[in-house]
Amino acid sequence: MSERILTGQNEKQTEPDWVLMILAVRDHRDRAAFARLFEHFAPRIKGFLINSGADPSMAEECAQDVMTTLWHKAAQFDPSRASVAAWIFTIARNRRIDMLRKQRRPEPEDLTWGPEPEPDQADVVALQQETNNLAKALKSLPKVQRDLIEKAYFGDLTQSEIAKITGLPLGTIKSRIRLALDRLRHAMKQ
Amino acid sequence: MTIKHHPEESTLLAYATNNLPEAFNLIVASHVSLCDECRAIVESHDTLGGALIETGTVASMDTESLDRALARLDVKTMPERKRHTPGTLPTPLQDYVGGDVDSIRWQPVGMGVKQAILPTSSAATARLLYIPAGAAMPHHSHKGTEMTLVLQGAFEDEDGRFARGDVEVADADVHHTPIADIGEDCICLAVTEAPLRFKGWLPRIMQRFVRI
Ligand SMILES: [Zn+2]
Ligand SMILES: [Zn+2]
Repeated sequence: MSERILTGQNEKQTEPDWVLMILAVRDHRDRAAFARLFEHFAPRIKGFLINSGADPSMAEECAQDVMTTLWHKAAQFDPSRASVAAWIFTIARNRRIDMLRKQRRPEPEDLTWGPEPEPDQADVVALQQETNNLAKALKSLPKVQRDLIEKAYFGDLTQSEIAKITGLPLGTIKSRIRLALDRLRHAMKQ
Repeated sequence: MTIKHHPEESTLLAYATNNLPEAFNLIVASHVSLCDECRAIVESHDTLGGALIETGTVASMDTESLDRALARLDVKTMPERKRHTPGTLPTPLQDYVGGDVDSIRWQPVGMGVKQAILPTSSAATARLLYIPAGAAMPHHSHKGTEMTLVLQGAFEDEDGRFARGDVEVADADVHHTPIADIGEDCICLAVTEAPLRFKGWLPRIMQRFVRI
């Protein structure tokens, strides 16, 4: 019993490293790592989808699909370009479109500079750090602004409402853009 | 390649959040395929989406859910990879055309100008336009926003010069007469919220304009 309490405390202090979990899935087909990813992210994907108007059973099915897609596509995850949550967001968004089947969503083509080298560890750390800052910034936003951003991501904003969001003072997004640009330029030089 | 003209940032956010009609998705995906700057911006919006999921509502899954997911892991699926197929058309456009420029089924619209309408949802229209070198795009107007992506050659109008990768954004009230560069035939992807309305195909308007 005391052991469990201790574990609980540790978990509060440090979140598991989700990047390592995905790499374990990618390189070792690690089911325990998958289970931990599932327990953390599936309820959040489900909550996100319900907030965006999906009924609970569709959200449940979609969240499960997103997680199994993550298992199968783990080799395509690049931790120097996306946080685990960002990657999951793109899978969930596309899965939701598949389920609604209203229209196609063309995706940009792959980057073209040849075989992917193992990403630079410093880039990975910088990106994950930046992502944490973004989550913190998001938490500290006034509720009105957070609601506006959520509405945009739930897909029911007009163009002029969206224009308001791009004016929000989310400094970390801007620095994330710069970071991504630096990384892209760096990668193109190789 | 130096791209000077980009979509508005609100359009890139709308793409990331799936708030655009299919035809606009297509032009953004095509531009992003050519433009690392906008790719970075779109990916930063994905990051914000991830942060929203991370910090958002938690809805508990059914009790059997994880077991069912684990049971499905061994089912072989072939995840499709986003490819890169080199050519004049970026890969997302090639998917709609069924190949590169050679596969476009052009319809002549007069004076050497040709168009090919691509199959998208009806909320907006996507068409490829072919304007012979030195010719003027027929004068036209549109009800809503129009975005034009240059794929080959270049054109010039009141807003400046647009070359491969550049996007011109024109609102409904814009009266523009794009003229293709003399050096090369121009191919663009034009996307409009409402169908383009060409104003009468009178020879007077269709006059070939050659710059010296
Ligand atoms: Zn751009
Ligand atoms: Zn126009």
